[in-house]
Amino acid sequence: MLEIKGLTAKVEEKEILHGIDLTVNAGEVHAIMGPNGSGKSTLARVLAGHPGYEVTGGTITYDGQDLLELAADERARKGVFMAFQYPVEIPGVNNAYFLKAALNATRKEQGLEELDAIDFMTLVKGEAKRLQMDDSMLQRSVNEGFSGGEKKRNEIFHMAVLQPRLAVLDETDSGLDIDALRVVSEGVNALRSPERAFVVVTHYQRLLEYIVPDHVHVLSEGRIVRSGGRELALELEDKGYGWIESAGAGARR
Amino acid sequence: MSATQTIDWIRDGQRGLGTRAPAWLADHRARALEAFETIGFPTTRNESYRFTSVAPIAGTAFDLASPEAEGAAAIAAANEIKDSAATAVVVNGCFDETLSAYGSLPLGVVVDGLANAFDTDGSNARDIASQLDTDGLPFAMLNAAFLEDGIHIVVPEGAVLTSPLQVVVVTLPEDKAVMAHPRIVIEAGGQSQATVVLSFVGGGGQPYLTNVVTQVRLGHGAVLELVTDQRETEQAFHTHHLHAYCEAGAILHSRAVSLGGRLVRNDLAAVLDGEGAHASIDGVYLADGDELVDNHTSIDHAVAHCTSHELYKGILAGKGRAVFNGRILVRPDAQKTDAKQTNRALLLSNDATINSNPQLEIFADDVKCTHGAAVGQLDDEALFYLQARGLSPAQARDMLLHAFANEVLGEISVPELRIALEHRLFSRINRYLAE
Repeated sequence: MLEIKGLTAKVEEKEILHGIDLTVNAGEVHAIMGPNGSGKSTLARVLAGHPGYEVTGGTITYDGQDLLELAADERARKGVFMAFQYPVEIPGVNNAYFLKAALNATRKEQGLEELDAIDFMTLVKGEAKRLQMDDSMLQRSVNEGFSGGEKKRNEIFHMAVLQPRLAVLDETDSGLDIDALRVVSEGVNALRSPERAFVVVTHYQRLLEYIVPDHVHVLSEGRIVRSGGRELALELEDKGYGWIESAGAGARR
Repeated sequence: MSATQTIDWIRDGQRGLGTRAPAWLADHRARALEAFETIGFPTTRNESYRFTSVAPIAGTAFDLASPEAEGAAAIAAANEIKDSAATAVVVNGCFDETLSAYGSLPLGVVVDGLANAFDTDGSNARDIASQLDTDGLPFAMLNAAFLEDGIHIVVPEGAVLTSPLQVVVVTLPEDKAVMAHPRIVIEAGGQSQATVVLSFVGGGGQPYLTNVVTQVRLGHGAVLELVTDQRETEQAFHTHHLHAYCEAGAILHSRAVSLGGRLVRNDLAAVLDGEGAHASIDGVYLADGDELVDNHTSIDHAVAHCTSHELYKGILAGKGRAVFNGRILVRPDAQKTDAKQTNRALLLSNDATINSNPQLEIFADDVKCTHGAAVGQLDDEALFYLQARGLSPAQARDMLLHAFANEVLGEISVPELRIALEHRLFSRINRYLAE
């Protein structure tokens, strides 16, 4: 589904990614781990098409298409979703109204009929309930005045409604208490399917106890320095990132 | 001391009013003309007009508009609110009874032509109109010099109107530039509740000047929502002095929407002259192309325990320019005043400009007064967030602009009008951005 080859990218003239290779097949969950500053979030934002990140080399192929040719909104309508590390507060834009516009933009792209207000509200109320979200969050401005946990829950709620093919979760666990983490993880797990893939970016192993990955990749200084199965995450939990960083540094020289 | 200047087209226009006016009115006009000719059209040396040159107005020889204008009926009809309790139409400065319509108004409610009201026994219209204070307001002087007609609205004590009253002011030039100087007098009696919508529209390809004065009196505990719906043509000059006087406990909600005209100057003055009075003074405006929108507001806290809340929001595109001057006067006795002023502007192009100036004059010591101004572009991170969920760049932009304007538009209690104004705002923004 997703094939990244030799990807290099920079932000504000500073190269952050130095050559990423990663293949994600439909149905798989890949965890991207790594210390702060290793390029995890940069990778997530490049996948989402953030205009502040410039791809300087390499390719990204998504469902056979050149993803880098597509603007952020085109990617979203083709099923690429990123749950933001820092969801943006947008005063005056009603959460449900926005989500309806987003869903119908995606449905239109896929040749589906747009949902009317009643069908839409039935859908979102069901999803909100599953995520134990208060209905009032639907009628509030997008993320405005939401707690850190509410913001992350709202991201997963958007994902559940939009039903992406490829979901990139950028440090969705940060700022979540253990109960919220469980609810959010259950929301993600409910979406796991043979047609859908996840790239889960996280600093901590904790999230991966709830969202069990098929593959774990360790990013250091803009490269994947190790890949393995779930056990790699546990190894990191034991040893920390120190040994990886020195190994990664060694590998570059 | 500047020399008196006689402007031929103004003298000619005034003669066009005829000679049948009663003595008080003839006197009122003559004194106003004298006052105007003493100061003349303001220049940019005048502090209040520093950023707003009215030279294009001064340099156009306007004829006094004729009350018979073909096509005015259609323009008025296109801008009427369907669910209004009454619609009073002014064509080229004069009340047009045949175009006006009244539903079932509660007893004592008056919606009439101002000239009619001047002739009506027991009406306050003449007293209020003749007491207009034009000090420092050259266009209000000009309005007084041409005082002839307009609209008089009375909502009597205790009356509660559940549907809006609408005044549609149409100025329609035919083959030459014209001017109209309508006067609107609104009396909201004690404990009354009403919504009044003032719609300013026009037509034709020629320039015109709609120079309005609106005088509003709110009695004890009256609640008045006053919506200014300014949708003049691109050739229009629009000058409006709105003066609102609030007694104790009165609540004024002014919602001024300015979406038309090539040069717009609004002078809004609210006087809070009884304890517990409150004024919300809100506005949203758009200037694109070469347009200029100047909002000068003045809130006079004359007595203690009054509150005012002011929020103006501007959207500027093209070479659009805006001026915002927000004066808050807190007089020595006005302790416990709570006044808040905010001016925000979005610049959608590099050539758009705004001059924003808060003017706080505080002579009491136990007060809370805050002001803030913010000028910027649309938030890139918010745009990206919306696009990353599938909205096109245009959809994302419109959603943010909508949210920006809606803080004011969304408060308008007449849904039909709110929708019409949103539609107008977005069709104009899209026209500009498509170029």
